Amino acid sequence: MASGDSRLRVQTEDGITRVEFVDRNILDEANIQAIGEELAQIIDNSTNLKLIISFANVSHLSSAALGQLISVNNRVRAKEGQLRLSDIAPQIYEVFAITKLNKIFDIQETAQDAVESFS
Amino acid sequence: MSDPQPQPDDRAGRCEIHNNRAEIAALGERVVRAAEQAGFGEASRFAVRLALEEAIVNAFKHGHSDLKSDVPVRVDYEVLPDRITIAVTDQGPGFDPNSVPDPTTEENLTKTSGRGLLLMRAYMTTVTHNPRGNTITMVYEKPAPDG
Repeated sequence: MASGDSRLRVQTEDGITRVEFVDRNILDEANIQAIGEELAQIIDNSTNLKLIISFANVSHLSSAALGQLISVNNRVRAKEGQLRLSDIAPQIYEVFAITKLNKIFDIQETAQDAVESFS
Repeated sequence: MSDPQPQPDDRAGRCEIHNNRAEIAALGERVVRAAEQAGFGEASRFAVRLALEEAIVNAFKHGHSDLKSDVPVRVDYEVLPDRITIAVTDQGPGFDPNSVPDPTTEENLTKTSGRGLLLMRAYMTTVTHNPRGNTITMVYEKPAPDG
């Protein structure tokens, strides 16, 4: 659930944490910073983290958002957790492909695919 | 009027933008709306919106790094039936675009910044800078047929 001024909807079930963005546009620097801090808190408070970040609601994202995702990825790896990205629209996926970040993120087509991909 | 029709002069404009989300978003909406009216498809509008956002963010983050936060950047845009031109001018000292490292190389891939110019170049037809390096001019030519 998103609470207060949270920019994320977070749901944990069967040891898997699913995160969705409240906003369609992930462009605002302050929001991106807030998203990063919220995700950092989730990561730091978890052990054996299995995290899915869904882009189902996302229409636009900026390079600053990509940078924040890299920080999240680094943080998850440092905690030996697992991160999956899912539900990325073709237009948004192209941004990952242009920047070659599709090579460093584990991107699954759907959240269900992401669930099944965890080891 | 509850639903005003976009004015003809929305097809071109010059404005000063402050480092303020509402102003940047409003300009983005205005350009995208003019693009839609000129027959640019969704993929084109996505490209132009993304490039405009990245150019403005870069202008403030890098161009204005030593200036007061209330100093605006200037944005000129023109939407024609076959092309969209956007120029963003900051009031900083300028930079050498050739000095920006390639963010897609292995050693730079996990860096958390430095992808804006790459995205602008990927999505726009041409991206050029003035000699001083404080104005970026981006042209998007309508593909045929446009998706």
